[in-house]
Amino acid sequence: MNQPVAHPQGTLGVVELRIPSKAEWVAVARLAVAAVANRLNFSIEDIEDVKLAVAEACTNCIQHAEGSGQIQITCETGPDGLTVRVCDFGGSARPEGIRSRRADEPTVGGLGVFLIRSLMDSVEYDVNPDRGTNLVMTKKVAH
Amino acid sequence: MDIKVDVRESKGDSYVVDLNGEIDVYTSPKVKDAIGELIDKGHYNLVINLEKVRYIDSTGLGVLIGGLKRVREHGGTVNLVCTNPQIKKIFDITGLVKIFGIYDDEDAAMQALV
Repeated sequence: MNQPVAHPQGTLGVVELRIPSKAEWVAVARLAVAAVANRLNFSIEDIEDVKLAVAEACTNCIQHAEGSGQIQITCETGPDGLTVRVCDFGGSARPEGIRSRRADEPTVGGLGVFLIRSLMDSVEYDVNPDRGTNLVMTKKVAH
Repeated sequence: MDIKVDVRESKGDSYVVDLNGEIDVYTSPKVKDAIGELIDKGHYNLVINLEKVRYIDSTGLGVLIGGLKRVREHGGTVNLVCTNPQIKKIFDITGLVKIFGIYDDEDAAMQALV
């Protein structure tokens, strides 16, 4: 069941999901991506990391942007791991919403991107008032 | 996906909040309301039991931090009960282990309130 399926082009496959930009749908996104990660050779701990990172990215879209009302999550699976792209189509994201911060002082909020950066191997994001937020993160499979 | 919240009185004027389920952007308002209601009633020493919490994200952490800030203004504190390694890891990497008292069982968390 959990054996990765080889793909002729070197990638294992692409899985796309589009959810309404509403809090009640974040659980669907994180569980779907966890199921994708489960198809690869990730440890249970790594799957939990990916799950939380994706949820944080979706939550960030919901809390800090006024987009089209949809969030697209694209998972690209490869032999080395998983790349997840989360974008929210042309919202007016506020830059302060993507600032990462460590919780050395008790503050509310701002932990989301810090968690994503801590849990994933690489994270890139582009925030544009016209294009919206586009966050790409990668988790490598430990060989 | 939901969170079950139970509040019960314990020793002295302390209260225990038992949480069961997943705390995320959708469910955290329910937790925030329960903690806020206790604080509004003047209860400033709380144990929040996360033993049955399977998942927590930054919005859940934010609710706990917000509760801690409010009770500290009145000389109170919030101690946590947490045994789930994945959740402990989240508290560790965010540095929240330095802010909250985190205990393996409710008795220890309760004793540390006094």
